[in-house]
Amino acid sequence: MTMTDQPTGVLGSRMLRREDPALLTGEARYTADLVVPGALHLAMVRSPYARARIVSVDTAAAVTMPGVRAVYSGADLADTWAGPMPCAWPVTEDMKNPTHLPLAVSQANYVGDAVACVIAETAEAARDAVEAVVVEYEPLEAVIDLEDALSDRVVIHDEIGTNRSYTWDLKIEETEGACDAAFAAAAYAVKERYIQQRLIPAAMEPRAVLAVPQPFGGDMTLYSATQVPHILKVMTALTLGIPEHQLRVIAPAVGGGFGSKLNVYAEELLCVALAKRHGVPVRWTETRSEGCQATIHGRGQIQDIELAADANGRLTGLRVRLIGDMGAYLQLVTPGVPLLGAFLYAGVYELPKAFDFSCTSVFTNMTPTDAYRGAGRPEATYAIERAMDSLAYEIGIDPLELRRRNFIPTEKFPYEAYTGLVYDSGNHDGAATLAAEMVGYDELRERQRSQNVPGATKRIGIGLSTYFEMCGLAPSRVLASLNYGAGGWEAATVRVLPTNKVQVVTGTSPHGQGHETAWSMIVAEKLGISPDDVDVLHSDTAIAPLGLDTYGSRSLAVGGVAIAMTCDKVVDKARQIAAHLLEANPDDLEFAGGEFSVAGSPDRSMPLAAVAFEAFTAHNLPDGMEPNLEAHTTYDPPNFSWPFGTHICVVEVDTETGETEVLRYVAVDDCGNQVNPLIVDGQVHGGVIQGLAQALFEEAVYDSDGNLRTSTLAEYLVPAASDVPPVITGHTVTPSPTNQLGVKGVGEAGTIAATPAVINAVVDALSGLGVRNVPMPASPNTVWSIINAAQGGSQ
Amino acid sequence: MEITVTINGKAHTADVEPRTLLVQFIRESVGLTGTNIGCDTSSCGACSIHLDGEAVKSCTVLAVQADGHDVTTIEGMAAADGTLHPMQQAFMENHGLQCGYCTPGMVMAATSLLNENPNPTEEEVRIGLEGNLCRCTGYHNIVQSVLACAKG
Repeated sequence: MTMTDQPTGVLGSRMLRREDPALLTGEARYTADLVVPGALHLAMVRSPYARARIVSVDTAAAVTMPGVRAVYSGADLADTWAGPMPCAWPVTEDMKNPTHLPLAVSQANYVGDAVACVIAETAEAARDAVEAVVVEYEPLEAVIDLEDALSDRVVIHDEIGTNRSYTWDLKIEETEGACDAAFAAAAYAVKERYIQQRLIPAAMEPRAVLAVPQPFGGDMTLYSATQVPHILKVMTALTLGIPEHQLRVIAPAVGGGFGSKLNVYAEELLCVALAKRHGVPVRWTETRSEGCQATIHGRGQIQDIELAADANGRLTGLRVRLIGDMGAYLQLVTPGVPLLGAFLYAGVYELPKAFDFSCTSVFTNMTPTDAYRGAGRPEATYAIERAMDSLAYEIGIDPLELRRRNFIPTEKFPYEAYTGLVYDSGNHDGAATLAAEMVGYDELRERQRSQNVPGATKRIGIGLSTYFEMCGLAPSRVLASLNYGAGGWEAATVRVLPTNKVQVVTGTSPHGQGHETAWSMIVAEKLGISPDDVDVLHSDTAIAPLGLDTYGSRSLAVGGVAIAMTCDKVVDKARQIAAHLLEANPDDLEFAGGEFSVAGSPDRSMPLAAVAFEAFTAHNLPDGMEPNLEAHTTYDPPNFSWPFGTHICVVEVDTETGETEVLRYVAVDDCGNQVNPLIVDGQVHGGVIQGLAQALFEEAVYDSDGNLRTSTLAEYLVPAASDVPPVITGHTVTPSPTNQLGVKGVGEAGTIAATPAVINAVVDALSGLGVRNVPMPASPNTVWSIINAAQGGSQ
Repeated sequence: MEITVTINGKAHTADVEPRTLLVQFIRESVGLTGTNIGCDTSSCGACSIHLDGEAVKSCTVLAVQADGHDVTTIEGMAAADGTLHPMQQAFMENHGLQCGYCTPGMVMAATSLLNENPNPTEEEVRIGLEGNLCRCTGYHNIVQSVLACAKG
């Protein structure tokens, strides 16, 4: 069921994806599928200890094994690196960032930290040789618990002398002390602690890398299963000290990312460095177990949140204290993740300037964390949405009613929030009303009252989540204020070929989002041509040299808008040419359906196809005009975009087994205008299930020695089809006023909204039993234990 | 060891190490890379193929075990003229794929499911595909694709 009243023409239609035939037939080539003769295979020697001094690395036996070309320790390659592994987001001036090299030299700091590597003629030979590398370790005490890390009882990295990476504050008060005063005067207050467990992103395609050198010309081509070919190019050039213009990065078909491929990894740098050194291609394909250990993890926060409210339940103050788990090192944007959430702690609610946020992030002896679908925003949304339910319980009103009392009223948009950020558009009550209707909210509450009676063992719970997704990363000046090391623009080129076929060059880098389809629809609508006549070029820095890639639900709201703006420039130029040829004033020309015509003289017209050919031959162009029909835009968005919505989850919890069954899941999302509702719904479905998976199934579990207990897909519970419900989608459409397409973005909405909706439902089901909180993942064992504890251990 | 495996109607003979998995043989010896590898514990199903007409995870079979047998991979599903198999077509029409990495295995598992149970309920589809993981779609449109294919 989809409720949208938008479709007109190509934009807004449920066009099937042009990406699909290649993916459905096995024709698509992922990085590991690429055949390059003579490539050597890289394999990594990884630390089995969470923290250990590297006493010695003996490569003598390994290097003599059949097919082995070379074996390197961290010390052997220490001079190879012009700089350490990059972190692009030094969030404070005094942020601590311990040296992180592709191969550790003196100390390993998590299980999976690479300490040596092998290159060999086959993958099997390389892996066999890994077993023969003798590394002598002196095991050291590992730090796993965040509060233990904070205490500096054991300092992980001697060079920085503390486990604290940084403390970042955001205090926004109308007058000094406003937040404390709000709590002092509050009619109601709640104080909650939530744990964001570590998650393993688990994109279905493991990471893979292939570096192909041209030894005589000096050029290097790096193929990688990455979301960020452009960022990877800059960072690889800097880290290896190789000239950027001699490096080409290509992301072939990429099998999902969810943030885990938004990074610069040791294996990418090693393949390039060793391909350069040996003058032959070098490749590496991750095993899943390696991926669980050595590809970034997500989440990992302790959240303390306090809400103050007046007698009507309206928020008057908000205080947040976070401890962020950075893991062993800072990866590309690790320290910035909690900051991305900092601006969303008041959710979709009006809050006076009485906000006090502080995050202290610490190192631990676990896999580095970094951006995972939503990156800081799911964590923030979870905290405020769970706390709102607690507040509703304290006040004794329905959670939906409490939310309605606090929604930013529709008529106040664009709305300048307490943070100074301006929310572009919204209709929170509209989305909540539609979701409540679709799920049958009032009837469900009735059913709950009759079913959840004392002694009932099957209890109904209804969980709400009304959310904002801060999308369209990002206005470059805002990023500057957050000390991020790059901008947030996106680039587009639109090129009309002589035969009126169109090439679009985009800086976005899709890995499942359907950009080829969606971008062709935008161009088709703007130029009045068929989407079939548009080719979308991307993910190759030689073809699309400018771009900032795909993450943070930015591709449409920044990259797609850049394409629309570029089409306008193409039409402007074509108009000049058409006017010249039609001997008319350019201002008198109308452009519709791919044709220019003189206003009032419909017989005097010229199709874009004819203009394109004239632009190509350049036989008769206006004086001074350059040949060809091509335009370029680099677009820096003036604001974030603010998609929103209401998700409602209905569960039945069996109090005897602790098992949670999701009976119904309704997602109403408003992402502004929709380019392709088919793709929008797909993004919501996948996002919701990923968010639900955090709530019910997934956790990267470490033991006290720092061993990852969930290092395969047999132990880390990515849900299967039989574990999850269908997702009923609905939409309201509130266009963004800040861009010409009225679009906002939708990539992370489901993940942001779903986790609190599911846990709110589980807690709601058990509220009659004295349960106020359920930790994630709410596995049957956990839920049963919580019920048992709430009942005084009587079961 | 020398083995001969018929893949998509064509016999392939090669000398393989005894430890070679069928999926490695398909990808590396035969060069059909549509069959993907997503894990090392037979959990994800990305490498699902048909062995003598039935879906199996090709990482759970040694190449030597397939000697003399008949294999169909995703490359063998569409007709020679390029017409998609009805299951492939259903996945396309119902947006049953995003990044596409699980898709070949999902299509092979789904066709095998319908061979055994031509008119499954939604729940039967979900249970029937529980050996195949997808991270993008939340399974919603995969299930819709299989149901649509069953309806014809």
